[in-house]
Amino acid sequence: MAEEVRGRRVTARDLVAATLERIRARDGELNCFTAVVAEGALREAEAVDADIGAGKVVGPLAGVPFAVKNLFDVAGLTTLAGSRINAERPRAARDATVVARLRGAGAVLVGALNMDEYAFGFTTENTHYGPTHNPHDPGRVAGGSSGGSGAAVGAGLVPFALGSDTNGSIRVPAALCGIFGLKPTYGRLSRAGTALFGISFDHVGPLATSARDLAVTYDVMQGPDAADPVCAGRNVEPCLPRLADGTGGLRLAVADGHFAAGGEPEVFAAVERVAKALGATRRVTVPEAHRARAAAMIITASEGASLHRDDLKRRPMDFDPLTRDRFLAGALVPGALYVQAQRFRAWYRERVREIFRSVDVLLTPTTPCPAPKIGQETMTLAGVTVQTRPNLGLYTQPLSFIGLPVISVPVADAGPLPLGVQLVAAPWNEAALFRVAAALEREGVVAARIAG
Amino acid sequence: MSGAPEPASKPEKIARYVDEVAPLLGLTIPAECREGVARHLAMLFAAGALIRDFPVGGAETAPVFEP
Repeated sequence: MAEEVRGRRVTARDLVAATLERIRARDGELNCFTAVVAEGALREAEAVDADIGAGKVVGPLAGVPFAVKNLFDVAGLTTLAGSRINAERPRAARDATVVARLRGAGAVLVGALNMDEYAFGFTTENTHYGPTHNPHDPGRVAGGSSGGSGAAVGAGLVPFALGSDTNGSIRVPAALCGIFGLKPTYGRLSRAGTALFGISFDHVGPLATSARDLAVTYDVMQGPDAADPVCAGRNVEPCLPRLADGTGGLRLAVADGHFAAGGEPEVFAAVERVAKALGATRRVTVPEAHRARAAAMIITASEGASLHRDDLKRRPMDFDPLTRDRFLAGALVPGALYVQAQRFRAWYRERVREIFRSVDVLLTPTTPCPAPKIGQETMTLAGVTVQTRPNLGLYTQPLSFIGLPVISVPVADAGPLPLGVQLVAAPWNEAALFRVAAALEREGVVAARIAG
Repeated sequence: MSGAPEPASKPEKIARYVDEVAPLLGLTIPAECREGVARHLAMLFAAGALIRDFPVGGAETAPVFEP
Protein backbone atom coordinates (compact mmCIF):
# COMPACT_ATOMS: atom_id res chain seq x y z
CA MET A 1 0.00 0.00 0.00
CA ALA A 2 2.80 2.43 0.92
CA GLU A 3 4.61 1.50 -2.29
CA GLU A 4 1.51 2.47 -4.28
CA VAL A 5 1.44 5.81 -2.53
CA ARG A 6 5.16 6.45 -2.94
CA GLY A 7 4.87 5.47 -6.63
CA ARG A 8 1.99 7.96 -6.98
CA ARG A 9 -0.30 5.27 -8.35
CA VAL A 10 -2.75 6.17 -5.62
CA THR A 11 -2.91 9.15 -3.29
CA ALA A 12 -2.77 8.79 0.46
CA ARG A 13 -5.90 10.90 0.61
CA ASP A 14 -7.83 8.45 -1.58
CA LEU A 15 -6.61 5.53 0.52
CA VAL A 16 -7.65 7.17 3.76
CA ALA A 17 -10.97 8.37 2.33
CA ALA A 18 -11.75 4.82 1.20
CA THR A 19 -10.82 3.53 4.67
CA LEU A 20 -13.12 6.05 6.32
CA GLU A 21 -15.91 5.03 3.98
CA ARG A 22 -15.43 1.34 4.85
CA ILE A 23 -15.56 2.19 8.54
CA ARG A 24 -18.72 4.26 8.00
CA ALA A 25 -20.36 1.41 6.10
CA ARG A 26 -19.38 -1.52 8.35
CA ASP A 27 -18.64 -0.34 11.86
CA GLY A 28 -22.27 0.02 12.85
CA GLU A 29 -22.50 -3.75 12.58
CA LEU A 30 -19.08 -4.62 14.02
CA ASN A 31 -18.55 -1.95 16.72
CA CYS A 32 -14.77 -1.89 16.40
CA PHE A 33 -14.24 1.86 16.77
CA THR A 34 -14.81 4.06 19.80
CA ALA A 35 -13.45 7.12 17.98
CA VAL A 36 -12.86 7.96 14.32
CA VAL A 37 -10.62 10.95 13.56
CA ALA A 38 -11.73 11.55 9.98
CA GLU A 39 -10.71 15.17 9.57
CA GLY A 40 -7.29 14.74 11.11
CA ALA A 41 -6.66 11.59 9.09
CA LEU A 42 -7.52 13.31 5.81
CA ARG A 43 -5.27 16.24 6.74
CA GLU A 44 -2.37 13.90 7.54
CA ALA A 45 -2.92 12.03 4.28
CA GLU A 46 -2.87 15.26 2.31
CA ALA A 47 0.40 16.18 4.00
CA VAL A 48 1.89 12.85 2.90
CA ASP A 49 0.74 13.49 -0.68
CA ALA A 50 2.22 16.99 -0.54
CA ASP A 51 5.58 15.63 0.65
CA ILE A 52 5.63 13.07 -2.16
CA GLY A 53 4.65 15.75 -4.66
CA ALA A 54 7.51 17.92 -3.40
CA GLY A 55 9.98 15.08 -3.88
CA LYS A 56 10.64 14.64 -0.15
CA VAL A 57 11.69 11.29 1.27
CA VAL A 58 8.71 9.66 3.00
CA GLY A 59 8.60 6.81 5.48
CA PRO A 60 7.99 3.10 4.86
CA LEU A 61 4.36 3.43 5.91
CA ALA A 62 3.55 6.55 3.90
CA GLY A 63 -0.20 6.95 3.63
CA VAL A 64 -1.07 3.59 5.24
CA PRO A 65 -4.17 3.91 7.46
CA PHE A 66 -4.15 2.31 10.90
CA ALA A 67 -6.02 2.33 14.19
CA VAL A 68 -5.10 1.60 17.80
CA LYS A 69 -6.71 -0.08 20.78
CA ASN A 70 -8.07 2.72 22.91
CA LEU A 71 -5.49 2.24 25.64
CA PHE A 72 -2.80 3.93 23.52
CA ASP A 73 -2.48 7.66 24.03
CA VAL A 74 -3.43 9.59 20.92
CA ALA A 75 -2.91 13.34 21.11
CA GLY A 76 -6.31 15.02 21.31
CA LEU A 77 -8.25 11.90 22.35
CA THR A 78 -9.11 10.69 25.83
CA THR A 79 -7.47 7.33 26.50
CA LEU A 80 -10.49 5.28 27.53
CA ALA A 81 -8.84 1.92 28.13
CA GLY A 82 -12.34 0.55 27.65
CA SER A 83 -13.63 2.26 30.77
CA ARG A 84 -16.28 4.79 31.67
CA ILE A 85 -14.09 6.14 34.47
CA ASN A 86 -11.30 7.21 32.11
CA ALA A 87 -13.81 8.98 29.85
CA GLU A 88 -13.84 11.75 32.47
CA ARG A 89 -10.10 12.28 32.17
CA PRO A 90 -8.39 14.94 30.03
CA ARG A 91 -7.42 14.30 26.45
CA ALA A 92 -3.93 12.95 25.88
CA ALA A 93 -1.39 15.68 25.21
CA ARG A 94 0.85 13.52 23.06
CA ASP A 95 0.94 10.20 21.26
CA ALA A 96 2.19 6.99 22.85
CA THR A 97 5.77 6.30 21.74
CA VAL A 98 4.83 3.55 19.28
CA VAL A 99 1.98 5.61 17.81
CA ALA A 100 4.39 8.49 17.29
CA ARG A 101 6.89 6.17 15.61
CA LEU A 102 4.25 4.83 13.21
CA ARG A 103 3.07 8.33 12.37
CA GLY A 104 6.68 9.35 11.91
CA ALA A 105 6.97 6.59 9.32
CA GLY A 106 4.04 8.09 7.42
CA ALA A 107 1.18 5.92 8.72
CA VAL A 108 -2.14 7.74 9.11
CA LEU A 109 -4.16 7.15 12.26
CA VAL A 110 -7.90 6.87 11.59
CA GLY A 111 -9.24 6.02 15.04
CA ALA A 112 -9.29 4.23 18.37
CA LEU A 113 -10.63 0.73 18.92
CA ASN A 114 -12.84 -1.08 21.41
CA MET A 115 -11.45 -3.40 24.09
CA ASP A 116 -12.30 -5.15 27.34
CA GLU A 117 -12.28 -2.68 30.21
CA TYR A 118 -8.70 -2.07 31.34
CA ALA A 119 -7.68 -5.03 29.15
CA PHE A 120 -9.06 -7.53 31.69
CA GLY A 121 -10.78 -9.99 29.33
CA PHE A 122 -10.54 -12.22 26.30
CA THR A 123 -13.81 -11.37 24.50
CA THR A 124 -14.31 -7.57 24.12
CA GLU A 125 -17.84 -7.79 25.48
CA ASN A 126 -17.55 -4.28 26.88
CA THR A 127 -20.64 -3.26 28.83
CA HIS A 128 -20.00 0.49 28.45
CA TYR A 129 -19.27 0.58 24.72
CA GLY A 130 -20.96 -2.63 23.55
CA PRO A 131 -19.47 -5.87 22.30
CA THR A 132 -17.26 -5.98 19.24
CA HIS A 133 -18.57 -8.51 16.74
CA ASN A 134 -16.48 -11.06 14.90
CA PRO A 135 -16.37 -10.08 11.21
CA HIS A 136 -16.66 -13.77 10.21
CA ASP A 137 -19.83 -14.28 12.24
CA PRO A 138 -21.35 -11.23 13.93
CA GLY A 139 -23.02 -13.42 16.54
CA ARG A 140 -19.60 -14.38 17.88
CA VAL A 141 -16.92 -12.58 19.85
CA ALA A 142 -13.89 -11.05 18.21
CA GLY A 143 -11.67 -12.18 21.06
CA GLY A 144 -9.95 -9.80 23.40
CA SER A 145 -8.90 -7.76 24.95
CA SER A 146 -7.76 -6.19 21.66
CA GLY A 147 -11.02 -7.23 20.00
CA GLY A 148 -11.60 -3.96 18.18
CA SER A 149 -8.13 -4.31 16.68
CA GLY A 150 -8.71 -7.91 15.59
CA ALA A 151 -12.12 -7.23 14.08
CA ALA A 152 -11.08 -4.00 12.32
CA VAL A 153 -8.22 -5.81 10.57
CA GLY A 154 -10.18 -9.03 10.02
CA ALA A 155 -12.98 -7.06 8.38
CA GLY A 156 -10.56 -5.22 6.12
CA LEU A 157 -11.39 -1.84 7.63
CA VAL A 158 -7.71 -1.07 8.22
CA PRO A 159 -4.62 -2.95 7.02
CA PHE A 160 -3.07 -3.04 10.47
CA ALA A 161 -3.83 -2.07 14.05
CA LEU A 162 -2.11 -1.97 17.41
CA GLY A 163 -3.09 -4.02 20.41
CA SER A 164 -1.70 -4.93 23.79
CA ASP A 165 -1.14 -8.39 25.22
CA THR A 166 -0.81 -9.27 28.90
CA ASN A 167 -2.15 -12.81 28.82
CA GLY A 168 -3.07 -13.30 25.16
CA SER A 169 -4.87 -10.10 24.20
CA ILE A 170 -3.21 -9.72 20.79
CA ARG A 171 -2.99 -13.41 19.95
CA VAL A 172 -6.54 -14.43 20.88
CA PRO A 173 -8.30 -11.82 18.70
CA ALA A 174 -5.79 -12.36 15.90
CA ALA A 175 -6.64 -16.08 15.91
CA LEU A 176 -10.40 -15.64 16.19
CA CYS A 177 -10.50 -12.95 13.48
CA GLY A 178 -8.24 -14.79 11.02
CA ILE A 179 -5.20 -12.50 10.95
CA PHE A 180 -1.56 -12.30 12.08
CA GLY A 181 -0.69 -10.95 15.52
CA LEU A 182 2.70 -10.36 17.12
CA LYS A 183 3.39 -10.23 20.82
CA PRO A 184 7.09 -9.37 20.89
CA THR A 185 9.55 -10.15 23.67
CA TYR A 186 8.71 -8.40 26.94
CA GLY A 187 10.55 -5.09 26.86
CA ARG A 188 11.06 -5.03 23.10
CA LEU A 189 8.51 -2.32 22.28
CA SER A 190 7.90 0.76 24.37
CA ARG A 191 4.73 0.87 26.44
CA ALA A 192 5.13 4.58 27.21
CA GLY A 193 1.83 6.34 26.76
CA THR A 194 -0.30 3.24 27.17
CA ALA A 195 -2.67 2.33 30.00
CA LEU A 196 -0.96 -0.53 31.80
CA PHE A 197 -2.71 -3.55 33.29
CA GLY A 198 -0.40 -6.30 34.55
CA ILE A 199 2.97 -4.62 34.62
CA SER A 200 4.93 -7.87 34.77
CA PHE A 201 3.53 -9.06 31.43
CA ASP A 202 2.25 -6.00 29.55
CA HIS A 203 3.33 -5.97 25.91
CA VAL A 204 2.23 -3.99 22.85
CA GLY A 205 2.30 -5.18 19.26
CA PRO A 206 0.73 -5.13 15.80
CA LEU A 207 -2.09 -7.12 14.18
CA ALA A 208 -1.99 -7.28 10.37
CA THR A 209 -3.07 -9.21 7.28
CA SER A 210 0.35 -10.56 6.29
CA ALA A 211 3.72 -11.44 7.77
CA ARG A 212 5.20 -8.65 5.70
CA ASP A 213 2.89 -5.97 7.07
CA LEU A 214 3.49 -7.30 10.56
CA ALA A 215 7.25 -7.00 10.04
CA VAL A 216 7.15 -3.49 8.54
CA THR A 217 5.10 -2.11 11.39
CA TYR A 218 7.11 -3.98 14.04
CA ASP A 219 10.41 -2.73 12.66
CA VAL A 220 9.22 0.87 12.70
CA MET A 221 8.19 0.59 16.36
CA GLN A 222 11.41 -0.99 17.65
CA GLY A 223 14.12 0.81 19.59
CA PRO A 224 14.92 1.98 23.11
CA ASP A 225 12.71 4.48 24.90
CA ALA A 226 13.77 6.19 28.10
CA ALA A 227 10.10 6.92 28.81
CA ASP A 228 9.40 3.23 29.49
CA PRO A 229 11.54 1.73 32.27
CA VAL A 230 10.80 -1.76 30.96
CA CYS A 231 11.83 -1.06 27.37
CA ALA A 232 15.15 -2.72 26.62
CA GLY A 233 18.13 -0.72 25.46
CA ARG A 234 18.57 -2.96 22.43
CA ASN A 235 19.20 -1.67 18.98
CA VAL A 236 16.63 -2.18 16.25
CA GLU A 237 16.82 -5.73 14.87
CA PRO A 238 14.87 -5.49 11.59
CA CYS A 239 12.77 -8.51 10.67
CA LEU A 240 11.57 -7.38 7.25
CA PRO A 241 14.88 -8.40 5.61
CA ARG A 242 14.57 -11.86 7.21
CA LEU A 243 11.23 -12.81 5.65
CA ALA A 244 12.81 -14.48 2.63
CA ASP A 245 15.35 -16.45 4.67
CA GLY A 246 13.20 -19.56 4.85
CA THR A 247 13.23 -22.10 7.66
CA GLY A 248 16.50 -23.84 6.79
CA GLY A 249 18.57 -24.48 9.90
CA LEU A 250 15.76 -23.70 12.31
CA ARG A 251 15.00 -26.37 14.90
CA LEU A 252 11.24 -26.74 15.07
CA ALA A 253 9.08 -28.64 17.54
CA VAL A 254 5.48 -29.07 18.61
CA ALA A 255 4.54 -28.50 22.27
CA ASP A 256 2.69 -31.42 23.84
CA GLY A 257 1.36 -31.87 27.39
CA HIS A 258 -0.68 -28.82 28.43
CA PHE A 259 -0.64 -27.52 24.85
CA ALA A 260 -2.02 -30.75 23.40
CA ALA A 261 -4.97 -31.17 25.77
CA GLY A 262 -8.14 -29.38 26.74
CA GLY A 263 -9.00 -28.03 23.28
CA GLU A 264 -11.30 -28.96 20.43
CA PRO A 265 -9.94 -31.41 17.84
CA GLU A 266 -9.75 -28.80 15.07
CA VAL A 267 -7.22 -26.68 16.94
CA PHE A 268 -4.84 -29.61 17.24
CA ALA A 269 -5.46 -30.48 13.59
CA ALA A 270 -4.44 -26.91 12.71
CA VAL A 271 -1.19 -27.32 14.66
CA GLU A 272 -0.48 -30.64 12.95
CA ARG A 273 -1.09 -29.10 9.57
CA VAL A 274 1.45 -26.37 10.24
CA ALA A 275 3.90 -28.88 11.75
CA LYS A 276 3.61 -31.14 8.72
CA ALA A 277 4.27 -28.25 6.34
CA LEU A 278 7.37 -27.38 8.33
CA GLY A 279 8.53 -30.96 8.77
CA ALA A 280 8.40 -30.49 12.54
CA THR A 281 8.17 -33.96 14.05
CA ARG A 282 9.80 -33.43 17.42
CA ARG A 283 7.57 -33.13 20.50
CA VAL A 284 8.59 -31.05 23.50
CA THR A 285 6.93 -30.77 26.90
CA VAL A 286 6.84 -27.36 28.54
CA PRO A 287 6.96 -28.33 32.22
CA GLU A 288 4.27 -27.14 34.61
CA ALA A 289 2.54 -24.94 32.03
CA HIS A 290 -0.75 -25.26 33.92
CA ARG A 291 0.91 -23.84 37.02
CA ALA A 292 2.36 -21.04 34.90
CA ARG A 293 -1.16 -20.15 33.87
CA ALA A 294 -2.33 -20.21 37.48
CA ALA A 295 0.55 -17.98 38.55
CA ALA A 296 -0.20 -15.60 35.67
CA MET A 297 -3.78 -15.27 36.91
CA ILE A 298 -2.62 -14.35 40.42
CA ILE A 299 -0.05 -11.82 39.27
CA THR A 300 -2.43 -10.24 36.75
CA ALA A 301 -5.27 -9.90 39.25
CA SER A 302 -2.96 -8.46 41.92
CA GLU A 303 -1.17 -6.00 39.66
CA GLY A 304 -4.35 -4.91 37.88
CA ALA A 305 -6.13 -4.31 41.18
CA SER A 306 -3.14 -2.38 42.47
CA LEU A 307 -3.17 -0.05 39.46
CA HIS A 308 -6.89 0.66 39.88
CA ARG A 309 -7.06 0.62 43.67
CA ASP A 310 -8.13 4.24 44.08
CA ASP A 311 -11.10 3.80 41.76
CA LEU A 312 -11.97 0.41 43.28
CA LYS A 313 -12.09 2.14 46.64
CA ARG A 314 -13.98 5.27 45.61
CA ARG A 315 -16.27 4.20 42.78
CA PRO A 316 -16.42 0.42 42.27
CA MET A 317 -19.87 0.60 40.68
CA ASP A 318 -18.48 2.61 37.77
CA PHE A 319 -16.43 -0.39 36.62
CA ASP A 320 -17.77 -2.73 33.96
CA PRO A 321 -19.67 -5.52 35.76
CA LEU A 322 -17.57 -7.97 33.73
CA THR A 323 -14.34 -6.76 35.34
CA ARG A 324 -15.39 -5.20 38.67
CA ASP A 325 -15.66 -8.33 40.82
CA ARG A 326 -12.41 -9.71 39.38
CA PHE A 327 -10.51 -6.51 40.14
CA LEU A 328 -11.94 -6.42 43.67
CA ALA A 329 -10.96 -10.06 44.17
CA GLY A 330 -7.46 -9.24 42.93
CA ALA A 331 -7.18 -6.53 45.57
CA LEU A 332 -7.66 -9.18 48.27
CA VAL A 333 -4.96 -11.63 47.15
CA PRO A 334 -2.41 -12.16 49.95
CA GLY A 335 1.02 -10.72 49.25
CA ALA A 336 2.71 -14.04 49.99
CA LEU A 337 0.79 -15.68 47.16
CA TYR A 338 1.82 -12.93 44.75
CA VAL A 339 5.47 -13.32 45.73
CA GLN A 340 5.30 -17.10 45.36
CA ALA A 341 3.77 -16.63 41.88
CA GLN A 342 6.73 -14.42 40.96
CA ARG A 343 9.20 -16.95 42.40
CA PHE A 344 7.51 -19.70 40.41
CA ARG A 345 7.85 -17.47 37.36
CA ALA A 346 11.62 -17.28 37.84
CA TRP A 347 11.78 -21.08 38.19
CA TYR A 348 9.61 -21.67 35.11
CA ARG A 349 11.57 -19.20 32.99
CA GLU A 350 14.75 -21.21 33.61
CA ARG A 351 13.06 -24.49 32.62
CA VAL A 352 11.74 -22.98 29.40
CA ARG A 353 15.15 -21.46 28.64
CA GLU A 354 16.51 -25.00 28.71
CA ILE A 355 14.03 -26.00 26.00
CA PHE A 356 15.17 -23.18 23.74
CA ARG A 357 18.76 -24.41 23.88
CA SER A 358 17.72 -27.12 21.42
CA VAL A 359 14.61 -25.59 19.82
CA ASP A 360 14.27 -22.37 17.84
CA VAL A 361 10.52 -22.27 17.25
CA LEU A 362 7.81 -24.10 19.15
CA LEU A 363 4.27 -24.63 17.81
CA THR A 364 1.12 -24.54 19.94
CA PRO A 365 -2.55 -23.76 19.35
CA THR A 366 -3.52 -20.13 20.01
CA THR A 367 -7.00 -20.79 21.40
CA PRO A 368 -8.73 -23.99 22.49
CA CYS A 369 -11.66 -23.36 20.12
CA PRO A 370 -12.95 -21.04 17.40
CA ALA A 371 -14.80 -17.86 18.41
CA PRO A 372 -17.55 -18.50 20.99
CA LYS A 373 -20.90 -16.76 20.76
CA ILE A 374 -21.37 -13.33 22.30
CA GLY A 375 -22.75 -13.76 25.81
CA GLN A 376 -21.79 -17.42 25.98
CA GLU A 377 -20.98 -18.10 29.64
CA THR A 378 -19.78 -21.69 29.33
CA MET A 379 -18.46 -23.94 26.60
CA THR A 380 -17.53 -27.57 26.24
CA LEU A 381 -13.89 -28.28 25.56
CA ALA A 382 -12.75 -31.86 25.11
CA GLY A 383 -16.00 -32.99 26.70
CA VAL A 384 -15.65 -30.80 29.80
CA THR A 385 -17.89 -27.78 30.47
CA VAL A 386 -15.80 -24.75 31.42
CA GLN A 387 -16.24 -21.00 31.71
CA THR A 388 -15.84 -19.40 28.30
CA ARG A 389 -14.01 -16.17 29.05
CA PRO A 390 -11.00 -17.26 31.13
CA ASN A 391 -10.42 -20.39 29.08
CA LEU A 392 -9.72 -18.57 25.83
CA GLY A 393 -6.28 -17.90 27.34
CA LEU A 394 -5.53 -21.55 28.04
CA TYR A 395 -2.56 -21.69 25.64
CA THR A 396 -1.50 -18.05 25.56
CA GLN A 397 -1.05 -17.31 29.26
CA PRO A 398 1.86 -19.69 29.98
CA LEU A 399 3.92 -17.95 27.26
CA SER A 400 3.38 -14.23 27.93
CA PHE A 401 3.97 -15.14 31.60
CA ILE A 402 7.69 -15.20 30.85
CA GLY A 403 7.71 -12.65 28.05
CA LEU A 404 8.44 -14.98 25.13
CA PRO A 405 7.93 -13.58 21.61
CA VAL A 406 4.98 -15.15 19.80
CA ILE A 407 3.31 -14.72 16.42
CA SER A 408 -0.19 -16.11 16.03
CA VAL A 409 -0.60 -17.14 12.38
CA PRO A 410 -4.01 -17.70 10.75
CA VAL A 411 -4.27 -21.24 9.43
CA ALA A 412 -5.71 -21.36 5.90
CA ASP A 413 -8.98 -23.24 5.46
CA ALA A 414 -9.09 -24.16 9.16
CA GLY A 415 -12.86 -24.61 9.08
CA PRO A 416 -15.97 -22.44 9.07
CA LEU A 417 -14.32 -20.04 11.53
CA PRO A 418 -10.69 -18.90 11.74
CA LEU A 419 -8.11 -20.53 13.98
CA GLY A 420 -4.57 -19.55 14.86
CA VAL A 421 -1.34 -21.35 15.68
CA GLN A 422 1.28 -19.81 17.94
CA LEU A 423 4.89 -19.69 16.78
CA VAL A 424 6.97 -19.28 19.94
CA ALA A 425 10.68 -18.46 20.24
CA ALA A 426 13.29 -17.66 22.86
CA PRO A 427 13.45 -14.07 24.09
CA TRP A 428 14.70 -11.60 21.45
CA ASN A 429 14.42 -14.12 18.60
CA GLU A 430 11.46 -12.55 16.78
CA ALA A 431 13.39 -12.97 13.52
CA ALA A 432 12.94 -16.76 13.66
CA LEU A 433 9.20 -16.30 14.06
CA PHE A 434 9.02 -14.04 11.01
CA ARG A 435 11.04 -16.52 8.94
CA VAL A 436 8.60 -19.31 9.79
CA ALA A 437 5.47 -17.18 9.37
CA ALA A 438 6.57 -15.92 5.97
CA ALA A 439 7.53 -19.41 4.78
CA LEU A 440 4.14 -20.80 5.83
CA GLU A 441 2.42 -17.92 4.07
CA ARG A 442 4.36 -18.52 0.84
CA GLU A 443 3.29 -22.17 0.94
CA GLY A 444 -0.34 -21.21 1.46
CA VAL A 445 -0.54 -23.00 4.80
CA VAL A 446 -1.37 -19.79 6.59
CA ALA A 447 -3.31 -16.88 5.13
CA ALA A 448 -5.28 -14.00 6.53
CA ARG A 449 -9.02 -14.42 6.11
CA ILE A 450 -10.59 -11.04 5.49
CA ALA A 451 -14.35 -10.75 5.81
CA GLY A 452 -14.86 -7.96 3.33
CA MET B 1 -5.04 -28.67 32.81
CA SER B 2 -8.20 -28.36 30.78
CA GLY B 3 -9.55 -25.12 32.20
CA ALA B 4 -9.38 -22.45 34.85
CA PRO B 5 -8.64 -23.74 38.35
CA GLU B 6 -11.80 -24.90 40.07
CA PRO B 7 -13.05 -22.74 42.93
CA ALA B 8 -12.05 -23.73 46.46
CA SER B 9 -14.40 -26.13 48.18
CA LYS B 10 -15.35 -23.89 51.11
CA PRO B 11 -17.16 -20.88 49.68
CA GLU B 12 -18.34 -19.72 53.10
CA LYS B 13 -14.73 -19.39 54.24
CA ILE B 14 -13.91 -17.28 51.22
CA ALA B 15 -16.95 -15.07 51.82
CA ARG B 16 -15.85 -14.57 55.42
CA TYR B 17 -12.35 -13.70 54.26
CA VAL B 18 -13.80 -11.08 51.90
CA ASP B 19 -15.94 -9.60 54.70
CA GLU B 20 -13.04 -9.42 57.15
CA VAL B 21 -10.05 -8.56 54.98
CA ALA B 22 -11.56 -5.95 52.64
CA PRO B 23 -12.14 -3.36 55.42
CA LEU B 24 -8.63 -3.97 56.76
CA LEU B 25 -7.34 -2.97 53.31
CA GLY B 26 -9.57 0.10 53.15
CA LEU B 27 -11.96 -1.41 50.64
CA THR B 28 -15.73 -1.52 50.79
CA ILE B 29 -17.19 -4.37 48.79
CA PRO B 30 -20.65 -3.34 47.53
CA ALA B 31 -23.31 -5.80 48.66
CA GLU B 32 -24.23 -6.68 45.07
CA CYS B 33 -20.58 -7.57 44.37
CA ARG B 34 -19.94 -9.70 47.44
CA GLU B 35 -20.90 -13.02 45.90
CA GLY B 36 -19.03 -12.35 42.65
CA VAL B 37 -15.92 -11.18 44.45
CA ALA B 38 -15.94 -14.30 46.64
CA ARG B 39 -16.39 -16.51 43.57
CA HIS B 40 -13.47 -14.94 41.75
CA LEU B 41 -11.29 -14.91 44.84
CA ALA B 42 -12.04 -18.61 45.28
CA MET B 43 -10.70 -19.18 41.78
CA LEU B 44 -7.56 -17.20 42.59
CA PHE B 45 -7.02 -19.20 45.77
CA ALA B 46 -7.50 -22.38 43.76
CA ALA B 47 -4.88 -21.12 41.32
CA GLY B 48 -2.70 -20.31 44.30
CA ALA B 49 -3.01 -23.87 45.55
CA LEU B 50 -1.25 -25.01 42.38
CA ILE B 51 1.87 -22.98 43.15
CA ARG B 52 1.73 -22.33 46.89
CA ASP B 53 3.81 -25.34 47.85
CA PHE B 54 5.60 -25.86 44.57
CA PRO B 55 9.35 -26.26 45.17
CA VAL B 56 10.98 -23.34 43.39
CA GLY B 57 14.39 -23.87 44.98
CA GLY B 58 16.28 -20.63 45.35
CA ALA B 59 14.32 -18.79 42.67
CA GLU B 60 15.03 -15.11 43.25
CA THR B 61 12.65 -12.34 42.23
CA ALA B 62 14.37 -9.22 43.52
CA PRO B 63 15.20 -6.88 40.64
CA VAL B 64 18.73 -5.64 40.08
CA PHE B 65 18.99 -2.04 41.24
CA GLU B 66 20.45 0.14 38.50
CA PRO B 67 20.82 3.77 39.54
